Amino acid sequence: MKTINVFFISIFALALVSCGGGKKEQSSGNAQLEGTITIDGSSTVYPITEAVAEEFKKIQPNVRVSIGVSGTGGGFKKFGRNEIDINNASRTIKAKEIAACDSSKIEYIGLTIAYDGLAVIANPQNTWLESITVEELKKIWEPAAQGKIMKWNQIRPEWPNKEIHLFGPGVASGTYDYFTEAIVGESGSSRGDFTASEDDHVLVQGVASDMYGLGFFGLAYYEENMNKLKLIGVDNGKGAVKPSLETVASKEYAPLSRPIFIYVNKNAAKREEVKSFVEFYMKNVSVLSKDVGYIPLPDSLYTKELQKFQDFIK
Amino acid sequence: MTNHEKQKLKDSLFSVIGYIATFSGLLILAYFLIDIFIDGFHRIDIDFLTGFPSRKAENAGIFPAWVGSVWILGLTVIFAIPIGIAAGIYFEEYAPKNKITYILEVNIANLAGVPSIIYGLLGLEVFGRLMGFGGSLLTGALTLTLLILPIIIVATRESLKAVPQSLRDASHALGATQWQTIWYQVLPSSMGGILTGTILALSRAVGETAPLIVIGALAYVDFIPNSPMDDFSVLPMQIFNWTSRPQQSFIINAAAAIIILLAITFIMNSIAIYLRNRWQKKIQW
Amino acid sequence: MAKPVQERIIELFLKGSAILTVCTTIGILLVLLSESIPFFKEVSIFEFLTDTEWTPLFTNKRFGILPLISGTLLVTLISIIVAVPIGIIIAIFLSEYASPKFRKTVKPMLEILAAVPTVVYGYFALMTVTPILQMIIPNLSGFNSLSAGIVMGIMIIPLVTSLSEDAMYAVPKSLREASFAMGASRLQTAFKVIIPAAFSGIVVSVILAIARAIGETMIVAIAAGQQPRLTFDPTVPIETITAYIVQVSSGDVPHGSLEYKTIYAAGITLFILTFSLNSISFYIRRKFQEKYQ
Repeated sequence: MKTINVFFISIFALALVSCGGGKKEQSSGNAQLEGTITIDGSSTVYPITEAVAEEFKKIQPNVRVSIGVSGTGGGFKKFGRNEIDINNASRTIKAKEIAACDSSKIEYIGLTIAYDGLAVIANPQNTWLESITVEELKKIWEPAAQGKIMKWNQIRPEWPNKEIHLFGPGVASGTYDYFTEAIVGESGSSRGDFTASEDDHVLVQGVASDMYGLGFFGLAYYEENMNKLKLIGVDNGKGAVKPSLETVASKEYAPLSRPIFIYVNKNAAKREEVKSFVEFYMKNVSVLSKDVGYIPLPDSLYTKELQKFQDFIK
Repeated sequence: MTNHEKQKLKDSLFSVIGYIATFSGLLILAYFLIDIFIDGFHRIDIDFLTGFPSRKAENAGIFPAWVGSVWILGLTVIFAIPIGIAAGIYFEEYAPKNKITYILEVNIANLAGVPSIIYGLLGLEVFGRLMGFGGSLLTGALTLTLLILPIIIVATRESLKAVPQSLRDASHALGATQWQTIWYQVLPSSMGGILTGTILALSRAVGETAPLIVIGALAYVDFIPNSPMDDFSVLPMQIFNWTSRPQQSFIINAAAAIIILLAITFIMNSIAIYLRNRWQKKIQW
Repeated sequence: MAKPVQERIIELFLKGSAILTVCTTIGILLVLLSESIPFFKEVSIFEFLTDTEWTPLFTNKRFGILPLISGTLLVTLISIIVAVPIGIIIAIFLSEYASPKFRKTVKPMLEILAAVPTVVYGYFALMTVTPILQMIIPNLSGFNSLSAGIVMGIMIIPLVTSLSEDAMYAVPKSLREASFAMGASRLQTAFKVIIPAAFSGIVVSVILAIARAIGETMIVAIAAGQQPRLTFDPTVPIETITAYIVQVSSGDVPHGSLEYKTIYAAGITLFILTFSLNSISFYIRRKFQEKYQ
């Protein structure tokens, strides 16, 4: 049957193509390392780690890096079972996860790698809101507000007598946890009647198309959609501050700048390629995090974190 | 109006409704395709197809993703089709028609309704951890096999059911064994329907994301898989990853990747449809 | 006469494949129960089944599964209302009215509808269908079960059409010819002869469609919302069991915590729900089945 032959030949050809490796580049300088580094965890931290891996490949083309996105929780689970070398985490490790590492005899270190600024956003047609205090945010978002705080003028009487339409990340996300902890005082504590979505694009769309919309999400999403949104200053008692590269890094924009982390397995870090990767990470993430919309720590902090790591693996 | 004329009218009316329904379906499909083509077609070039993921949308490519998708499709086909058809044959031709078989039938329909992510959890535990295959193509393929098995089994059964018993009886009367009857008579007659089930099942498999994320498919991978034990990425994962990035240029990348995914599915479907057409032509009774 | 060895081996392979389905079910139940049982030690089954709010991730935790069940059923119902009538009409049309050429061309095109990644469908529902519907229904919320249900229905149409159509196509020509010979129109033949003959295949396609709808994840996760709510109002955000499972498993919730265990409890509820619906469907099918030689 000729057609069957054609079929098998094309499959064979496809297989040949697939078996050819990726591009091999000439490396400059450093000793050629080999090995595999397995990373998993938060999809928030992922873009930064991807950027680092991309640049790392240029100087160490023979090291295979693979990055999954099972979520901070999923990543920690794998981390605790010694299945991955590094976990991208948008929050610190929690008690149950620490216990899992202990029982697997895993020693680890958590390194802060960047800040994720949380921007409070309104619609460009919103003429009354320029800045908001943390207390006012709390009043809007706390659990007691559900069904009760429904209109703008309940916060400040000079604001319109119209409904507030709230948008925010899904309740299983680290962003939500951080926001509620910083604003309401307890992680996971908020009203339930807001439009929640894991997809920040949806939140952008929601606020951009609703004059009475008010939402919060990662600064990067504001910066990519500046012409559709209005950035609101947050007043933490020292005057209204709008999030930017400078104000988040200097911690002037508070409390809505959250640190994000990577957790490294000690045994893994003893491998040359992993050690090299993490050091490369800490030395370059300042520039790379900006590329993907996050905010670098002050240089002094990076030096400290790097030192922390090097001390850890001695 | 006579009864006959009334019937003719209803008949024509239904014909019109049928046309409208069919064309509505096609129209919606056309809308999708046109929408995505406009967004993403211009992005597709040789660099896109042979490039690796990158934080810069202009540099990002889908090489590991589409190769991974083809690999996983191939492996899933190797596992799912024989097992699915075999199970279908067993249930329809061999199993005694008793209460147990009935429960097993309901069971298979249940399996069709289990969310794909639960299959992911199952695959992670059994294939990934217990059997030690880790987050490899093999784990992914086996997990997807379990996921789509019900569709293939059900389609096989229904096709086998449609073959008249007289065909089987005649074959037995001529001295053929049960398996010979199935292999030479029943199966060829029912291949058309079996292939339909296969098409639908594989279309499902190629677009799945959630279970693969759970078993460990990667969002970033800087190599092409060389063996079934390698780690991998797949197009739906890359698409999902890109659609969640803030930069608009990644959305365009996602649209382009979707086109490639649909193209792969289309090629796969075409092969099966070609086979189906050839088989269904043969049936005359 | 004893069966030859070759036959036995083949039969063993076939039987093994069939048993695999049982193993899969057992595997799934084990996976689900492994975390559900510890969950139910902390949360009473009574509370789980009767409480009307589902807020395990908030500080004020309530574990009533009813809102997620109503969300799932609502979306499933809408999608079936869309997919089954349209799917069967198309199937009848392709099988009894259309020319073989038309059928050969159109059927594969419809099957591509089943291949569109569900992520794409989800965004289609959210970005295109919802705004269009909002023009007709002004109060329609950005997230709602109507858009998600309709789009899910579209995705399922090929499932219903292709399998039903195959079943109808397989009905022997002699039956059709006999019916026409007695003066029946195509419509009468279709509904009075072909459909009863192909009933098994058609019902099975509907059963599969329902199962597919219940288990669908991405479309609802993207377009139906994340607000568990006990309602049958299709214009407001809700959350389905599947969307909840995805939300938590890919989020930042620590694995092993009570909050994480909720996805297993939700999963097993879904399993039981599907089982009940399927049992009913199969029972109906058994009652109305006919066989033609």
